[in-house]
Amino acid sequence: MSKTLVSMTLNGRQVEEAVEPRTLLVHFLREKMNLTGAHIGCETSHCGACTVDIDGQSVKSCTHLAVQCDGSDVKTVEGLANAGLLHAVQEGFYKEHGLQCGFCTPGMLMRAYRFLQDNPTPTEDEVRVGMAGNLCRCTGYQNIVKAVLHAASTLQKNSVAA
Amino acid sequence: MNAPISDREKALMGMGESRLRKEDARFIQGKGNYVDDIKLPEMLHMAIVRSPVAHARILRLNKEEALKVPGVVAVLTAEDLKPLKLHWMPTLAGDVAAVLADGKVHFQMQEVAVVIATDRYAAADGVAAVEVEYEELPVVIDPFEALKPGAPVIREDLAGKTEGAHGKRYHHNHIFTWDAGDKEATDAAFASAPITVKQDMHYPRVHPCPLETCGAVASFDPIRGELTTWITSQAPHVVRTVVSMLSGIPESKVRIISPDIGGGFGNKVGIYPGYVCAIVSSIVLGKPVKWIEDRIENLSSTAFARDYHMTGELAATADGKILALRTNVIADHGAFDACADPTKFPAGMFHIVSGSYDIPSAYCRVDGVYTNKAPGGVAYRCSFRVTEAVYLVERMVDVLAQKLGMDKAEIRSKNFIKREQFPYTSAFGFEYDSGDYQTAMDKVLNAVDYKGLRAEQAIKRADPDCPTLMGIGLVTFTEVVGAGPSKICDILGVGMFDSCEIRVHPTGSAIARMGTISQGQGHQTTYAQIIATELGISSEVIQVEEGDTNTAPYGLGTYGSRSTPVAGAAIAMAARKIHAKAKKIAAHLLEVSEADLEWEIDRFKLRGNDAKFKTMKDIAWAAYNQPPEGLEPGLEAVHYYDPPNFTFPFGAYLCVVDIDKGTGETKIRRFYALDDCGTRINPMIIEGQIHGGLTEGFAVAMGQLLSFDKQGNIQGNTLMDYFLPTAVETPKWETDHTVTPSPHHPLGAKGVAESPHVGSIPTFTSAMVDAFAHLGVTHFNMPHTAYRVWQQLKAVGIAS
Repeated sequence: MSKTLVSMTLNGRQVEEAVEPRTLLVHFLREKMNLTGAHIGCETSHCGACTVDIDGQSVKSCTHLAVQCDGSDVKTVEGLANAGLLHAVQEGFYKEHGLQCGFCTPGMLMRAYRFLQDNPTPTEDEVRVGMAGNLCRCTGYQNIVKAVLHAASTLQKNSVAA
Repeated sequence: MNAPISDREKALMGMGESRLRKEDARFIQGKGNYVDDIKLPEMLHMAIVRSPVAHARILRLNKEEALKVPGVVAVLTAEDLKPLKLHWMPTLAGDVAAVLADGKVHFQMQEVAVVIATDRYAAADGVAAVEVEYEELPVVIDPFEALKPGAPVIREDLAGKTEGAHGKRYHHNHIFTWDAGDKEATDAAFASAPITVKQDMHYPRVHPCPLETCGAVASFDPIRGELTTWITSQAPHVVRTVVSMLSGIPESKVRIISPDIGGGFGNKVGIYPGYVCAIVSSIVLGKPVKWIEDRIENLSSTAFARDYHMTGELAATADGKILALRTNVIADHGAFDACADPTKFPAGMFHIVSGSYDIPSAYCRVDGVYTNKAPGGVAYRCSFRVTEAVYLVERMVDVLAQKLGMDKAEIRSKNFIKREQFPYTSAFGFEYDSGDYQTAMDKVLNAVDYKGLRAEQAIKRADPDCPTLMGIGLVTFTEVVGAGPSKICDILGVGMFDSCEIRVHPTGSAIARMGTISQGQGHQTTYAQIIATELGISSEVIQVEEGDTNTAPYGLGTYGSRSTPVAGAAIAMAARKIHAKAKKIAAHLLEVSEADLEWEIDRFKLRGNDAKFKTMKDIAWAAYNQPPEGLEPGLEAVHYYDPPNFTFPFGAYLCVVDIDKGTGETKIRRFYALDDCGTRINPMIIEGQIHGGLTEGFAVAMGQLLSFDKQGNIQGNTLMDYFLPTAVETPKWETDHTVTPSPHHPLGAKGVAESPHVGSIPTFTSAMVDAFAHLGVTHFNMPHTAYRVWQQLKAVGIAS
C-alpha cells in the first residue's frame, strides 16, 4: 500500500514519517514512534486507554488516523513530565492511589491534563463527568476522582505562586 | 544508631503502613511493560479467523487467497496442527478443547484458522481473505434444552463416552455431576421441617473484561531450542508446565514471562487457543510471533464467568432457625469444559454455600452441561464459584425472612456461626478458621442507622405519592479463599502451594522473587512491607520480582485471593528462615549465646541492653565475610508454603437504593462495606481493592450480561453494549473494617480483593428485591437494568 508523509509536533519534537493512510494514530505512536504509553483497550473509542492530546483536545487515538494529525501538536503521557519533574496529574494519581494495574492510567492522565485546563476548579461531580470517557476496571474511580482533585489543587497553588 | 523505637519502626515502612506504591512510577510515565509493548526483531503478527456461526460443519477451508495478500506469511488450520497433535489441547478441567476447529465449530467466534503476517494490518487483511464454507447445525444455547433426549449433539468427539473427568455422564451434553453434603439427612430435615422455602434464580453469564485483552509474544530460538513467551497470564508457571507437556520442549528450555498485566479478574488464568497458536507459529516459522486479542474477541471467546441456574431451598423452624439447606445447580459451561478450578472440584468451592450460618444439614449438587456457547466458567474476581454460592445463600436467607415476616438483620443474628464456635466445621466439611459476624453486622447497622432507614422506608411505602421505591439490602458473607492445601487442591496435578525466595545482599538490601504475579494488586509494594517487618530492612530497599519463570520459584499464580494467604505466608516463612540464621550470626558477632538475644524492630540486641546490638544491616555484611564457623556464608532462603487450610474472610454490606417508579432507574443512595480480611498489610491498597471489587460487583448486579439469541449469536460483545460503569454511574463507596486474624496463617492475613465483588452482588439484589418486598416479590434476576426493573414495576402494577 502506498504511503503518505505525515509530520507533526510530538511531545514538543518535530517528527516526520511515511505511513499507510489507514494507520491508526495509536499504532503510529506505539509502533512507529515507540511511545507505548497509550494503550488499546477496545478499538471502539469507549475505554479511553488510548487518550492523547491533539491541538488542545482530548482525542481517542484508536479511532483517529495518523494522517489526520498532519501539522498537529500531539502530546502523549510520555510528554507530561517536564525535565524529570512529574506533572501535577501524575503526582495526584500516585499520592491518591489512583491506579492499580496501570493500563488505563496514561489515558486517564491525558484526559485529566486537558480537563483541568478546561475546568481548573472542578467539583467532585464535575470530575466524574469530565472523566467519564475513560474506563477503569480496578479502582472504582473513587481514588481517581481524588487524584484529579488533588492535581487541581496543586495546579491552583502553582498558578497563585506564579 | 539509637533512634527511638517508633522512628525505627516507621522507617521500615512495614506491615500496617499505607505505603505509596512502588509500581506507580513506571505506569504514570507511560513506561509500563505490557505484552503488547514487547517488540522483537523480525517479529510477525498473528490474527485469528473465527466462526460467524455457533454450530456448523466446516465443508471447505481455502487459504490460497489469504496467502496472496501482501505481507501474509502463513495460514495455519487444524490440518496443519494435526501432525503435531496440537489441534486439540487439554483444559484445566480435565476436558479437551479445540485449538483450531477440527471439522466442526461449536460456538460463535470459535478459532478456525490463524494468519501470520508482517504486521497487524496485513494479518487482518489475511483473515478477511480466508474462505470458509459452513454447513449449519441445530444450535442449543439453553442448558435445560441441551439435556433433553433429542438435543443436538454438541461434542461429537465424546461420542460413546459415559465417563468424564469427574465421573458419570448421563447425557451426550452432560459433563459431570458433583455433589457435597449429606443428602439423606438433608432430605429428612426438609421432610419434617415446619417451614420450607424454595427459590429459582439465574446467575447470568458475565465476563471479567480486564481493560487489557489477552495476548502473547512467542519467540522460539531454533538454534538453542529455547522458547520464550511473554503472555498475559495470572499463572505463568502453570503455563510453562502445560507448554512443555504440549510441545515436548523440556521445561528447562521454556521461559514464560508475565510482564505487567492490565487487569486479570480470572480472565487470564486459562490457556487459550491464541496462545498455543502463537507458540506453534513461532516454532514453525522460527521467528517471534505476536498475538493480541481485540475486545470483541475477548468478550466472545475467552473465559466468561457464572451462568449458573440455581434452585435454593431452606428448611427452618417457625421462629427462623435454619435447619437445612439444599441446592441444585445446572451449570452452563459452554462448548468445552474449560473452567479453571482445583482438579477435584469441578464446581469449585461452591460448597461454601452454607455461608455465615450454623446450618446442621446441607446438600448441594451441580450438573455441568455443554451448550453452543464459548467455554469458560472462570472465577471472575472470586475464589472458584464462591460468588455464586454466596449469592444463593444470601438470597435464600432473605427469602426465608420474608416468608416469616422477620427482619433481615434479625434472621442473620439468629443463624450466625457464633464467635465462640470457631474453628467451625460446616455441614460441607469446611473448617472455618475465624470469624465474628455479629460484631461486623452490628457495626454496619449502627453506622447507617438501620432502624432509621427502615422507618423512612415504612413512611415511603405508606405514601402512594412517593415517586420512588426504597430498598435496603443486607448481606453478611463468608468467603473461602487461599487455595489451597495440596492434599486436596491441585491444578493439573501440581499442588496449590506458593513460594518465595529472598536474598539479602551484603549491604543490607534485598530481593524477593515470588511464584505469584500482580495484575494491579500492588505486590511489589505489599510483599516488601511483609519482609520489612519480618527482617527489619526498610521496604524501600527491597525489590520484588514476579512473573518470570526463569528467575522466580515455582508458584501457582494469582487468582482466588490466594496471593496473601499462600504467597504472603511463604514470604513470612522464608523471611523467618533468614531471621533464624541472622540470629546465629548476631550471637557470633556479639559473642553471646542466641538465648541471650532479643529481636527489636531492625536488630538483635542483648536482652535488656540497648547499647549492645547488631542491626540486620550489620548482620548481612557479616554473613558474607565473617560467618560463624560451621555456618554457610550468605543470607538467603526459599520457602514453599503449603497452606494447612483455606482462609475465610468475611464482611457485612449494606446498600440503600431508590427506584424511580416511572422509569425503573435506580439510584444507589448508599453503599456501606465492612470487610474483615484478618491482619491488614497496607490499608491504602486494601481500600483500593475494595473500591474496585465493589465497582465490579455493581457492574455485574446492575448491568452486565453476555446474552445470546436462539442461533447462538452473542449479543453485545463490544464496550458499546457490555456494561462497564464510568465514574458517573459508579456509586460512592463507604468502607469499614474489623480485624479477626486467621489463626493458621503466619501473619494472620486472609486475602481481600475478591470479597467486595462476592459480597456486593447479592447486596444489590437484596436491596432491589427489598424495594418490592412489601408487594410480595421475593426475587428477580440480575442484571437490574432500568428496563428490567421497569418490567418488574409493570408486573406489580406500579408502572404502566
